[in-house]
Amino acid sequence: METLILTLKKEIDIKLEADVITPDNFAGKSLEAIKALSVWQGPNALPLGDFFEVEGKSGNSAEETFIRIKGDASRIKQIGAGMSAGRIEIEGPVGMRVGAGMKGGELLVLGNADSWAGMEMEGGLLHIKGNAGDHVGCAYRGSWHGMKGGRILIEGSARHQLGGGMDGGEILVGGSVQHFCGIRQNGGLIVVKGGAFRGVGVEMKGGTILICGKIERFSPGFEAAGKETGLSFGELEYAGEFKKFLGDYAISKRAKGVLYANAAKNPKL
Amino acid sequence: MAGTIVIKNGYVFDPLNELKGDVMDICIRDGKVVRELSPAESKDAKVIDAKGLTVMPGGVDSHSHVAGAKVNAGRQMRPEDHYKTNLKKTELTHSGSGYTVPSVYKQGYDYAAMGYTTVFEAAIPPLEARHSHEEMRSTPLLDMGGYLVLGNNWFLMRYLKEGELERAAAYVAWMMKTHKTYGIKCVNPAGVENWGWGENVNNLDQANIHFEMSPREMIKGLTEVNEMLGMPMPLHLHANNLGHPGCYELTKESLKISAPVKPKQNLDIEWAETKMDLARERSVYLTHLMFNSFAGTSWRDCESGVKDVASYINSVDHVVIDSGCTPFGEATVMTGDGPAIHDLYTLTGNKWSNTDIELECGSGVLPFTYFKSNPVHSMQWAMGLETLLLIKDPWKTIMTTDSPNGGPFTKYPEVMTWIMSEAYRKKTFGECHKWANDRTELGGVNRELSLYELAILTRANPAKTIGMAHRKGSLGVGADGDVTIYALDPQTLNADNYEELLRAFRHAAYTVKAGEIVAKSGEIVSVPEKRTYYSDVYVADAQEKDMLADVKEWFKYYTLGFANYPTPEKYLENPTPIKVNQES
Repeated sequence: METLILTLKKEIDIKLEADVITPDNFAGKSLEAIKALSVWQGPNALPLGDFFEVEGKSGNSAEETFIRIKGDASRIKQIGAGMSAGRIEIEGPVGMRVGAGMKGGELLVLGNADSWAGMEMEGGLLHIKGNAGDHVGCAYRGSWHGMKGGRILIEGSARHQLGGGMDGGEILVGGSVQHFCGIRQNGGLIVVKGGAFRGVGVEMKGGTILICGKIERFSPGFEAAGKETGLSFGELEYAGEFKKFLGDYAISKRAKGVLYANAAKNPKL
Repeated sequence: MAGTIVIKNGYVFDPLNELKGDVMDICIRDGKVVRELSPAESKDAKVIDAKGLTVMPGGVDSHSHVAGAKVNAGRQMRPEDHYKTNLKKTELTHSGSGYTVPSVYKQGYDYAAMGYTTVFEAAIPPLEARHSHEEMRSTPLLDMGGYLVLGNNWFLMRYLKEGELERAAAYVAWMMKTHKTYGIKCVNPAGVENWGWGENVNNLDQANIHFEMSPREMIKGLTEVNEMLGMPMPLHLHANNLGHPGCYELTKESLKISAPVKPKQNLDIEWAETKMDLARERSVYLTHLMFNSFAGTSWRDCESGVKDVASYINSVDHVVIDSGCTPFGEATVMTGDGPAIHDLYTLTGNKWSNTDIELECGSGVLPFTYFKSNPVHSMQWAMGLETLLLIKDPWKTIMTTDSPNGGPFTKYPEVMTWIMSEAYRKKTFGECHKWANDRTELGGVNRELSLYELAILTRANPAKTIGMAHRKGSLGVGADGDVTIYALDPQTLNADNYEELLRAFRHAAYTVKAGEIVAKSGEIVSVPEKRTYYSDVYVADAQEKDMLADVKEWFKYYTLGFANYPTPEKYLENPTPIKVNQES
């Protein structure tokens, strides 16, 4: 695998729309050709080379291309959007929509990720070492279909509407989440190691949510369906006792969602 | 010289002039088709070498939802329809976005890129006429007009109930002028008024709430008024009971209502020279026939009823239809038929918008996706094509998708290819649910339309049907210089090679509008001015005065004042009145 290093060379004021930064777009291109790719900043399309030093070499295909991004990328949006293969490693924080619609490959963020990480993702691995913002793996505004496949791994915590409208794939959160986790979920798996707050699984029609911590303000449309000890989903295993709920029956009586809550942390449920 | 061009040596398909691929030159001077250019004019004229290419009049869409409140509601409620489909601004063109409900600029460019030059908005509620005109004015490259929704109008229901046809006619004439609209649209007659009370009507003789008017009385009355006034187009009917299993029977019965009324178009205009008689022959123009042709009793046992309706239409001369094809994929359903959209809402649970328009009508909007895996959707795909293939006379059919109800107009190339290529239909049968084959007749149809017939379905007949053939839909002397040139050689055309057809229809080699090249292989190269047409219908002063006295009295039920009701001409780009019912 060949490595390309993009080093940010100036502070960014208006956020960059940098969906060109993918192994797919860089593969087989010379450094000059990569620098000439255009990114949007407000109403202007500018060459990538205006913002980054580009060193190294691209691979012949996306699979053989590894992109490392150095510097504060927190005002750069859409890195890795739609990528199908290869690797991207972002050494610090990153802006909105990182890995949105990605179909394959690996995208690693060492810092925090802003909102809409892995939005409508279809495949591959999005690994965020820090925290994530709102709408992780979620559907775009107005759409009811979010992430379809792949895995999002967040070591820290995430905020609101994680996995909204999710159809498939997995989102694993090391920390906690805030409001409306798994809203309108249709399929796939969400696991939250910490707690969740209000609206967990509301209007879900399918899929599974597992909350290992405490759920504050449990959603009213779920029905209790007993307890299970020790859960496993493929290679993922979770020890302990869990209360099982089915729903969300608040709107549809045909809903098939499954919600597990840690029994010890949620004695009143 | 602007608007002057010679299109040389193309194969010309101009059905209104009975040209079936004749090799000839088309000359246009100052935006109008002429017999020839003088040597001096020829020297300055632009020339397109169309040798080996197909030349047709510019495309005419007689039924598309492109402007006004419900289209905009569709845009507002569907950000997801916009974020993946967008258009970069250039020195010449605006930016834009949207797939099923594109922004106004984008829809103008997209139509022009496919070779269309004229598009009529399918439904303008009177109260939303200003909004509709604002959007039409901002839609570039297309000559436009729109139909006024009158099938549940309080004034007309009252006048027709009391048998006051003269008053009803005076009201329609005044409304056309007031709102700068073109023809009468009748959506779920008598039923939309009931929707204000959470009800609908179930048959043609059910009297509605308060007004006690039945669908049959509304259709009959409006057809009569239409012909009393000599309107350019037939009554434009969106029949009752749309989208329900078993609705085809009612559709057939509805069409029979207009049969006794003789078409009597009365226009005072200059007519382009054509071989065919341009006078209107139809008294009813039924829209999106597919949606009104379900047989069966439920979504489990439903099947296509198109064959039956088609055989009725084959046996009569007063009916013309457009298809309302559903080419699979994303759509946004939007119609003045509020209860029909509510049914789709209960079926899908998708987000839903509904509006009641005071004394006039209503509407509903909902995102919808047609899946190849879905049995009913697959059947609908086949039914849409059946409407165009089982009705024998192409002069009774018009190709549409009821855009964006069946799918966006940008899917026309697929529909055009399906009706021209059995091989392409077979390919789609192989990809979709077996109901497409099992529940319709389409699998047994081997008819493949010729380029000449396609020109009828997409240009000549929509123009003739709506009374615009005096300047649109033909290349006769005096017609507008609107031309589409497709990269198709009729000599070597092979309908089995459907990829070639799709390519050619997606991006016309050239689109010429009033003698200016506006699009070249899909790229917009100039943006000249456009026109908006409306019917300027005459009625005697005394008749109008009497009617207005009554209208002003009832205006107290509106939330706006009478003086603010009309749409001034300044809302239109190049307003072009069509003189109707002039005193002889």
